[in-house]
Amino acid sequence: MQIHISTNDGVPIYVQVVNQIKFLVASGRLSAGDELPPIRVLAAKLLINPNTVARAYRELETAGIVEKRRTAGTFVSEQGSPLARRERIKILTERIDTLLAEASHMGVTFDDVMKLVEQRYAAIQSTRQEE
Amino acid sequence: MLDTDPSRSQSIVDIQGISRSFGDKLALDNITLSVPQGGVFGLIGGNGAGKTTIIKHILGMLKAQQGTVRVFGLDPVQYPVETLGRIGYLSEDRELPDWMRLSELMRYTQAFFPKWDEAYAEELRLAFDLDKNAKVKTLSRGQRARAGLLIALAYRPDLLLLDEPSSGLDPVVRRDILGAIIRTIADEGRTVLFSSHLLDEVERVADRVAIIHQGRILLTASMEEIKERHRRMTLRFEHAVERPPMLIGTLSTTGQGNEWTYVLNGESAALRHAAEAVGATIVEDSGLTLDEIFVTRIQG
Repeated sequence: MQIHISTNDGVPIYVQVVNQIKFLVASGRLSAGDELPPIRVLAAKLLINPNTVARAYRELETAGIVEKRRTAGTFVSEQGSPLARRERIKILTERIDTLLAEASHMGVTFDDVMKLVEQRYAAIQSTRQEE
Repeated sequence: MLDTDPSRSQSIVDIQGISRSFGDKLALDNITLSVPQGGVFGLIGGNGAGKTTIIKHILGMLKAQQGTVRVFGLDPVQYPVETLGRIGYLSEDRELPDWMRLSELMRYTQAFFPKWDEAYAEELRLAFDLDKNAKVKTLSRGQRARAGLLIALAYRPDLLLLDEPSSGLDPVVRRDILGAIIRTIADEGRTVLFSSHLLDEVERVADRVAIIHQGRILLTASMEEIKERHRRMTLRFEHAVERPPMLIGTLSTTGQGNEWTYVLNGESAALRHAAEAVGATIVEDSGLTLDEIFVTRIQG
């Protein structure tokens, strides 16, 4: 699990941990049932206070992204949960907003953006079939 | 270790109203400070702010001229054995006996501390890649810091007290020190107090922080609270102004014309409300790094 902590931009460290784990789950690099590292292990690896990791895990649990199993640890929840789906939609929405803003700055029309999306989708599909 | 409520746990260090002068220079001015059990407490301030003088009072090396110092509930000047026996200390200059070999230094220190853990000491020596036959005199600056850390940690002290542990060290050794701090509090009940002017390190590992400036405490609070209660907001006014209106909690302002950036102290929602009340549009609202908060505070 790759997480990068920065102390240069004012974002609280627990928020950085929460956002990056959300992203790893939403992008499929962490899947349902995967276990998160124990609090102490992640704290020692990232060189941050264990209480900060504990707070991040609590937030993720409240958001339904992970669940605590009694005596066993913290695991990624089933992806079908409405909260996880909402989170994925949220991440995609942000990406789409950025894309549309950039397209508009470059003078590319919405129809052309849509065409490009379809082309890219077709390209990805064909490389997948080759594998 | 987790969810420690500082008001409920007992204080490991309790300092009430101490002042200290050296000649006619006032080094500490009515300092009150309480370090709760089981966390990492960061003492931050510039050179000469008074951090080391506070630490020397905790170690009983200085007697309070005014006020009281209690460590584990005891006066460290009156009870040096009972208090120092539970403190692991690494000084800023990392004074170690130069004539000893590392193995001798370890045996020598062990003699003072009944709780010395030989297996743990050896584990640290290997992790820090220290040669036990090397003379202390021949150690590099980084190795010296690691050796000092080893003998401060090996008896698993209840309080680990580090004075500017990272100063002058390369990033690899600084990581070792941060790792040692984290492992120390991960063992239940133990407490770390460290002073530093490297605020990105403090931001990573400290639960609570005190900002010391010119012998006084400007601010002491949990890291979470400090981060949550300081915001940087950029406001756009309808018309250019010579001077930005003072909002409640304003610590500093910079800008010109109709766009001004404020550093504010208070609840996020109340600050947004205050900004809107003077007819300004908030164009940016973000948190600050501990470094930025510190600089704003000591300039105020």
